[in-house]
Amino acid sequence: MEALTILNWALDGLLGMSLFSLAWLALASPDIFKAIVLFISFGLLMALAWVRLNAPDIALAEAAIGAGLTGALLLAAFARLKDNSTSVSDGEEIKSHMHHDSNELPK
Amino acid sequence: MDRNYWLLPLLLMLFVGLGYAVLSIPEPVEGLPKMLVDNMELGGVSNPVTAVLLNFRGYDTLLEMGVLLVALLGVWSLGGMPDYHESSPGLVLDIMSRQLVPVLIIVAGYLLWVGADAPGGAFQAGALLGAAGVLLLLCGWRIGNKCSGLVLRILIVLGLGMFVMAGTGLLLIEGEFLQYPPPVASELILIIEAAATLSIGTTLAAMFLGSRPGEADK
Repeated sequence: MEALTILNWALDGLLGMSLFSLAWLALASPDIFKAIVLFISFGLLMALAWVRLNAPDIALAEAAIGAGLTGALLLAAFARLKDNSTSVSDGEEIKSHMHHDSNELPK
Repeated sequence: MDRNYWLLPLLLMLFVGLGYAVLSIPEPVEGLPKMLVDNMELGGVSNPVTAVLLNFRGYDTLLEMGVLLVALLGVWSLGGMPDYHESSPGLVLDIMSRQLVPVLIIVAGYLLWVGADAPGGAFQAGALLGAAGVLLLLCGWRIGNKCSGLVLRILIVLGLGMFVMAGTGLLLIEGEFLQYPPPVASELILIIEAAATLSIGTTLAAMFLGSRPGEADK
């Protein structure tokens, strides 16, 4: 029993520390793609934390919406951001870029 | 280096504010859980979370549906975003998506149904449907022109519409907005949740697509 309590404390402590460090890394990362990946892993660990807090409903919603769909939305926005910035740097080729690069592979 | 001098006091202020907020959290209101347990048989479902979300505090969920709808309108109003580069998904992804999407749909249905007496419910099920939609979009599936207009819009407002209709109907019959009569509460909640699930799933997938489907094809 004693050992189990200590294990629980250790697990919760580790979870909390990793949440803080992941949050900080995601905020401080200059690379947007890296920040998004860190945010997704933050969401997954957050779901675990909700499970530890006995809130499985919120854990389900966090894993599905917080980590999964928000991550997908952020990645989609990031891809478009990159698209737009390259087309702006191309200057006059904006239109041609937007119409003719359909056979380019996604990054 | 200038930046750091500015950031430090700001961070300190944030830290102090957060610390103050954590330390001054008011004691949880006594008796709320007891009130909920006492009234559970009026709620129509045996999962307290669903009972609170869909019945006792149905207003909150109604407004959340509204927020989702407004968010999608915001995304659509940006308009003219470049669509994804079309790319063939590759054999593995293609086969996996065909296997995975039906499973996701079944799990979403299960979550919706089980929400009445265990963790689950409309938002979780809707998020799974949305994930299935995102997977399909990533694999290059697109909504046919036939479905991208009215059908899509009806699906998107279905959840909020059903909620508002049920609320107003009950306002006319019972005299109170969203006051389910206990005998039919569970059926009403299931109908509203099913509509909400479809709406949430469609909305999330449509958000991922970005621009309005009909418009993107032009």
